[in-house]
Amino acid sequence: MAERKKEADHLPTSESDQDDFIEPDPPVVTNQAVADTFVNIDYEDLVNPDYDSHPSGYIHEIVRQGSHDDDDEPRVAVSSVSDVSTGEESSEDHTEISTKEISQALDEVSKLQHPEVSLEDEEEIDEVDTQEWRQRKKHVFILSQAGKPVYTRFGNEDKLVTVMGVMSALVSFVQDSKDLVRFMVAGDHKFVFLVREHLILVCVSHGAESSQQILLHLSYVYNQILSVLTFSTLHRIFKQRRNYDLRRLLTGAEKFLDNLLNMMDTEPGMLLGAVRCLPLDSQVRDNIAQTIVQNAKVKDLVFALILANNQLVTLVRMKKYFLHPMDLHLIINLVNASESFKAAESWTPICLPKFDSSGFLQAHISYLDDRCETCLLLLSVDRESFFILSECRNKIKERLVKYNALKAISDSLMKTSYSIQQCGISDLRHFLYKSRHMAQFTSPELEAPYLSETEQERLCGLYFYLHHRIHTSARPLKILYTVGPHETLLGWVTQSFELYAVFGPLVTKVAAIQAINKLLRWVKREEDRLFIPNHVTF
Amino acid sequence: MKSIEAKVVVLGSQGVGKTSVVIRYVGGMFSKAVSPTIGASFFTYKMTLNNYRIKLQVWDTAGQERFRSMAPMYYRKANAAMLIYDLTSADSFYDIKDWVGELKKNVDTPIVMCLVGNKCDMSDCREVTSIDAEEYASTIGALNHETSALKNTEAYSVTRVLLVTRVAITEFAILLAPP
Ligand SMILES: Nc1nc2c(ncn2[C@@H]2O[C@H](COP(=O)(O)OP(=O)(O)OP(=O)(O)O)[C@@H](O)[C@H]2O)c(=O)[nH]1
Ligand SMILES: [Mg+2]
Repeated sequence: MAERKKEADHLPTSESDQDDFIEPDPPVVTNQAVADTFVNIDYEDLVNPDYDSHPSGYIHEIVRQGSHDDDDEPRVAVSSVSDVSTGEESSEDHTEISTKEISQALDEVSKLQHPEVSLEDEEEIDEVDTQEWRQRKKHVFILSQAGKPVYTRFGNEDKLVTVMGVMSALVSFVQDSKDLVRFMVAGDHKFVFLVREHLILVCVSHGAESSQQILLHLSYVYNQILSVLTFSTLHRIFKQRRNYDLRRLLTGAEKFLDNLLNMMDTEPGMLLGAVRCLPLDSQVRDNIAQTIVQNAKVKDLVFALILANNQLVTLVRMKKYFLHPMDLHLIINLVNASESFKAAESWTPICLPKFDSSGFLQAHISYLDDRCETCLLLLSVDRESFFILSECRNKIKERLVKYNALKAISDSLMKTSYSIQQCGISDLRHFLYKSRHMAQFTSPELEAPYLSETEQERLCGLYFYLHHRIHTSARPLKILYTVGPHETLLGWVTQSFELYAVFGPLVTKVAAIQAINKLLRWVKREEDRLFIPNHVTF
Repeated sequence: MKSIEAKVVVLGSQGVGKTSVVIRYVGGMFSKAVSPTIGASFFTYKMTLNNYRIKLQVWDTAGQERFRSMAPMYYRKANAAMLIYDLTSADSFYDIKDWVGELKKNVDTPIVMCLVGNKCDMSDCREVTSIDAEEYASTIGALNHETSALKNTEAYSVTRVLLVTRVAITEFAILLAPP
């Protein structure tokens, strides 16, 4: 606990503490108030490049406002910690620092900007100079405070020593003036920095996410590293040797970072700070939970959970502990990215940074079915409890087979979750509904027109946009209605839920409101199946 | 018939083929799809030998550096240790010396050691000679064998490793057996 407190002290500011999922609850909005708070925004910029002649999304538009005069010479807007605004404002309110470091940084930045590099000596071409590398939508770099490369999402860290050196110089330069670099905007690209005590995480993106959303993603990445090493280890190592090459300890863990980043590109759960539950009859689910409770009465067992296809089937917890959605996402990522659990029962340490960043829990991980779809995790603080837990696991498996519960799980996995048609609302194309107090969300299957990868990415971008507009710290909204050429979006946040809905472009405001009310009633009816209202305790 | 349980720990550097050997041993097959072990995997294997019904409990550990500190948890109670190296990698062979040193230091109960050079199907790229391996094995009092989890040929079959390990287990059984 003390360790966690210590870590919290190193957070740059409370505003940038993206770790915290508990947002201040906005007041309850009545329907009348809703109608009054509608905000119409210019939606023109939120279009797919495929549809539009100018290849720019909403983000690009913002960027252009900041650096419109000269496309060839990207101006860098450095936003520091004293400026808690979002990317939008920062471009107007930038501080220009002219120093050697910055100009160096600019050189590197312009490397990212200018694809036409002389290819004189084929052998000498750095990764950084390839088209493919530069065109990646979302780069993530991790470096130590000493500027040593730790991880890059694309390419090889060894080839990026210079780039990372510049990044660390930039961070320490701003730090020297008792300030903290949070993000900069250069041309199409956003550079977002998450500076922690021992590590610097940088994301360079020209995707749809806002700076704050990127910051949230970076904090997931940081927590993923803690999950593998614990904060104590990280601290101890860098205390002993500032120059330590952390890659040694992270070999084999890169795939967790890769997988996490890929998941964040397509799965809204991490953005929402909520997990998806496998739809199940509530009685079946209770049955599963009770089976676990009865057969895993083991001292020191903190959490027991079942996952199926990245969805939560059930969670049983020790009375005094809660599993934070961020930790749960890391567990899901661990299972999702590891094939080796399919071979045999496994016993592995895992640190859940929100639960306790200073130490490991020990996880007994096994699949309960031959097809390796249903995964049971038993998380204990006792390193020696493998065999006891293994016995529990066998009993649980036996009972679940007997009660047909495993079959119920695989049946639910077989059929697609649910179609938007089932909600019976014409013109509603897709939605995300998050229950705030449960930290769980639901959404229908992706259907036409969101079948192709580009369309799915665009839909994801719409949600990023809607989420950003509603949660932007400068002026958080309760409800947002916005009409575009291809979709009409409606986002609504209350004390108990967050709803993001995508309609066809022709829906009227009144019709959308009616549809939303109908949808809320539908969700209420289906709640038992789609959500887990309370997690059973041991 | 007497029943005994024997605990076997499989140690060695990352990627030398520990899991592949164990899967070949336990499941009788080579799986191309093995992926790096996370933490440690637990396998059981039953066999009968010389009037003993033996249940092997095999801990297949992960070679990745970050799991290194967990190793004592698995070898502390082990009766036999399979020390696997990749005979196409001299480094993986040198790493065995660290393991042996660690075992000697931390384990006070008798432990049967079996040195296994894996991937002998790639002997063209061999970096560890059979002589060196044999010599080293005798200095540490370990059994020695070469194998291939991939090519289960007569000459290098895992069955032979199995045999060697059985011999080891028998020795162990003798150790355990009441006088
Ligand atoms: N050619 C050849 N390849 C092998 C042999 N055994 C394993 N491999 C390959 O070596 C790689 C590593 O095998 P693993 O069994 O995962 O190695 P490991 O020692 O368990 O690795 P960690 O769990 O990371 O410590 C895989 O690509 C295997 O296919 C073998 O006998 N011959
Ligand atoms: Mg392995």
